[in-house]
This record gives sequence, C-alpha cells and structure tokens, in this order.
Amino acid sequence: MMDTQKTGTLRVKSGLAEMLKGGVIMDVTDVEQAKIAEDAGAVAVMALERVPSDIRRDGGVARMSHPTMIREIMKAVSIPVMAKCRIGHFVEAQILQSLGVDYIDESEVLTPADEANHIDKFDFDVPVVCGARDLGEALRRIGEGAALMRTKGEAGTGNIVEAVRHMRAIMGGIRRLTTLDSGELMAEAKNLGAPFDLVRWVAENGKLPVPNFSAGGIATPADAALVMQLGAESVFVGSGIFKSADPPRHARAIVKAATHFREPEILADVSAEIGEAMPGLEIDKLAPEELLAGRGW
Amino acid sequence: MTGRRLPRVGVLALQGGFDAHVRALARLGVEAPEIRHPHQLDALDGLVLPGGESTTLLKLMEHEPRWWHALPAFHQRRGVLFGTCAGVILLARKVSHPEQRSLGLLDVDVDRNAYGRQLVSCEVPGSWTDGRSLEMVFIRAPRITRTGDGLEVLARHEGDPVLVRQGTVLAATFHPELTADGGVHELFLAMSAGASNRSEAGHESAVPDAISVCAEASHSEGSRVGASRPDGAPSG
Repeated sequence: MMDTQKTGTLRVKSGLAEMLKGGVIMDVTDVEQAKIAEDAGAVAVMALERVPSDIRRDGGVARMSHPTMIREIMKAVSIPVMAKCRIGHFVEAQILQSLGVDYIDESEVLTPADEANHIDKFDFDVPVVCGARDLGEALRRIGEGAALMRTKGEAGTGNIVEAVRHMRAIMGGIRRLTTLDSGELMAEAKNLGAPFDLVRWVAENGKLPVPNFSAGGIATPADAALVMQLGAESVFVGSGIFKSADPPRHARAIVKAATHFREPEILADVSAEIGEAMPGLEIDKLAPEELLAGRGW
Repeated sequence: MTGRRLPRVGVLALQGGFDAHVRALARLGVEAPEIRHPHQLDALDGLVLPGGESTTLLKLMEHEPRWWHALPAFHQRRGVLFGTCAGVILLARKVSHPEQRSLGLLDVDVDRNAYGRQLVSCEVPGSWTDGRSLEMVFIRAPRITRTGDGLEVLARHEGDPVLVRQGTVLAATFHPELTADGGVHELFLAMSAGASNRSEAGHESAVPDAISVCAEASHSEGSRVGASRPDGAPSG
C-alpha cells in the first residue's frame, strides 16, 4: 500500500488550499501573535519576522524568516503554518520544506533573489502560493507549479486599491477568455504571455485551475468582503491585524466577514465591534521603488 | 426521477472545502446550497460538514451558538450528516491533540493531525471494505482511534477506519470531494433520499426507494453499501 501512496501531487497541494477557503490567513511574527490568530479563527498563519508595513519602514533586504522562529510557531499552533521565501530563491524554499511548513509563499514582500526566474514549484512536495497582478501572471505561476494564487495588492499599505485592481484584472481576464472562439485562444495566450494549455483550460472552465485568494492591503472586514465579492475565495491579512488598535477583536471581525461576505447586516455588526484600523498609505505618494507589486513578472 | 423528489442537501459553508463538495454534488446532478445560518437546515434532508480548519469552524460556531442546538436537532429529526476531515472532528464524541469541543453525534474518538503535516498529505488508490476501488485524498487528516459498537466501517487505510457510518451519520477522514470518484457522495445522496422519503411519507423504511433514486442518478455500484448491513463491517 505504501508504494502506491503519492505525496506532493497538485491535487494534494491545491487540496489544502481548498480547505482554507472562506477563511483568513494572518501574518504573525511570534508565538503570542500566532496563538491570538488561531484563537480568533485564522485558517492558517504566515510566520514572518516583520509584517510588510515594518519591512516597508525599515528598508534593506528582507529575507526568509529565522528557522527557529518558524519552528516555534509550528509547535505553538495546530492550524497550518506558511512561511515566505524570496522570489526565485529555491534554496530558501528547500529549507522551508525541510522545516515541514504547510505552504510556502514565494513572495514579492521579500527582496527578490532572481529578477528573471521564479522557482520551479513542481520540484517541491510542499505547496507554493504566488502573487499575481493579472491573468497572464497568474497562469505563468500556475505553469511553474503554484498550487494557489493570490493577488499581490500592495502589501503593508492598508490600502485595498491595488488588491481590487488585481482581482478585477484576473476575474475580468477569465470572463474575457470564456467569450473567445477556440481559434482565438492562441493569439490570446500570446498576448497574455501565458501557457496555451492553461489558457484553453480557463476558457473552458471559467475559473483558475487552482484556488484564488486575495492579499495586499486588506485592513478591515469591509475590505475582506469587498475582495471576496469580487471573486477571492479567502484573504491573507498581513499588517492589517497586528497594526490595528485591538488585534484579537480585529482578527475575529475579519474572520466573520470572510464567512458572511455577502451579508451587509453582519458586516455592519462586525465593523461596529472593532476599533481603529491600521493607518493607510496612499499608493500615489509612494516612490516607484517602494512598490512591492512590481517585483516578479 | 418520476414522482420522487431528489433529496434536498446542502453544504455547511462557514469555512473550508464547501466549494469542492458543491461541485462534487453538481457532478451527480444535485444543486446543493451553501449553508451559513442554522435556520437554513429546516429545508434540508442532508448536510455536508466539509473539511477545513476545525478550530476555525468551532470559533464561528461559538459566534453563533444556535449551531450547537440546530445540528443535534437536525440529527434528531433524522437529517443525514456527512462529515469529511474536519467535519469528522466536529461530529466525533471525543477529540484529542489538542482536545476540543465537538458535537458527539458519531461514536468515534479522533486524533487531530495524527498523521502529520502537509508533507505527508497523499493520494491513495484505496478500496471499500467490500473490495470495490475507492480513490482517497488525505490532507492533514485526522485519525479515528476508537469506533463505538454498531458503527459500520465502510473503508480502511493501513488498518485505520477512514470511512464509517452510524445510522444517519456518514464520515470520511479523507476527501472524496477532491476526486472524480462519486461513490461516497452517491451514498450520502441515497441516505438523504431515505430521509426525504421518510419525511414525505411520515414514516421510516423508505430505504429501497432511496437506493433506486441513487441508482438512477448514476451507476448503482456506489449505492449498494447504502443498504443497511449490520453484518457488513469487519471486526477490528
């Protein structure tokens, strides 16, 4: 029986993402925050040394988190633990896999290690999630073996505008593909810069072949519900929770919003329960080199 | 389906693998609504409790304490409950690793995350205890460590029970909704059709009807286990 057992298949990798749907994945920087997140109902935690808004403030090179810190968080909570590696840094990904994390995020929030190539994610048994700004980018990452997609948004800003732009671009791109004649798909694959087989699959099925979540700027329950109504199946909340006035309460409110994202009465109730959200940044006021979403292609 | 209505089934959609279950049921021709409020159970014959994070599901159920009454009441009126993975944890009598609250509607003890983390999640070409093949996908699966008397074990993997049934409760520690193998969902529909016909006729004993409904819906093999077979479970 053992030799017929297959681990690390795309079905098993995307299967975990299926189980995370309708939920909130929270950035945490230590054991205490991880426990707060689990207690509030997070479906998973993202273990990292600094939340994106602090990475933004501190500048410098942002790398994979310290293995000891990741191990401590894995020990402290029973929910899945994710961790970030730099774009193209397949050795950081190998290290994270050896630690036994449940998901790896090849993330633009960290400083890229390779400006030309992303990681070959088929090489890994641990599933990898990647960010995208539009359908072409999403399909390129899926072509490399990403088992889950998320919008890039603009992490650490508390500003939802980029996540909305990216989710609309992905969902609009999918809708457009479903209207094309089969003879038009190759030209569209060329325009998108995306693998033809995946373009055809999306045209036939009207969705991405892996789950599609949102990240990058979600600060309130209303933000979470907004991207979910636009098509996100779950949300990653980075700085939005632990930079808010009352993190446990804020976390619980966003968890409820992710379940009842189509019910304005409940969204009103949970919005009334929370204190102040994290301070937001206007994207226009950021210098081009401060924008994280442009990292990777 | 002449004269007989399809079972009304829904999928609990607080969090987790609800979307995959809705799609699996759609492949069998059944439209299953997403259920997010206790009152929605009134219109159902069967409910799927999907996989997901059981701690998250518990937190959401604590926010809405009526679930703790509504689900046992649904069970009491012979509504069919089908739990997968985290759904089994919710249904269990006792949960360990860590210990947590559960509904106690299925007489099993469950060890959460007993097999390990995502790296050991796997696909297995398994089988029903009667020998028919059954595709299994395990994702950070819980382990059933004790089964009560009178509980049928419908499938095992490496000796552990992974698909069990007790009365109107069906439970799989793996994820049939992630495979094209519709057999387990057919069984759930057959059980729910039994509940549907019972509620329509106002008496119990509509099991043969249930099976024929299911046989019409798809190949009949998958529903054979739907019949009550007290002698069908191997001991162990």
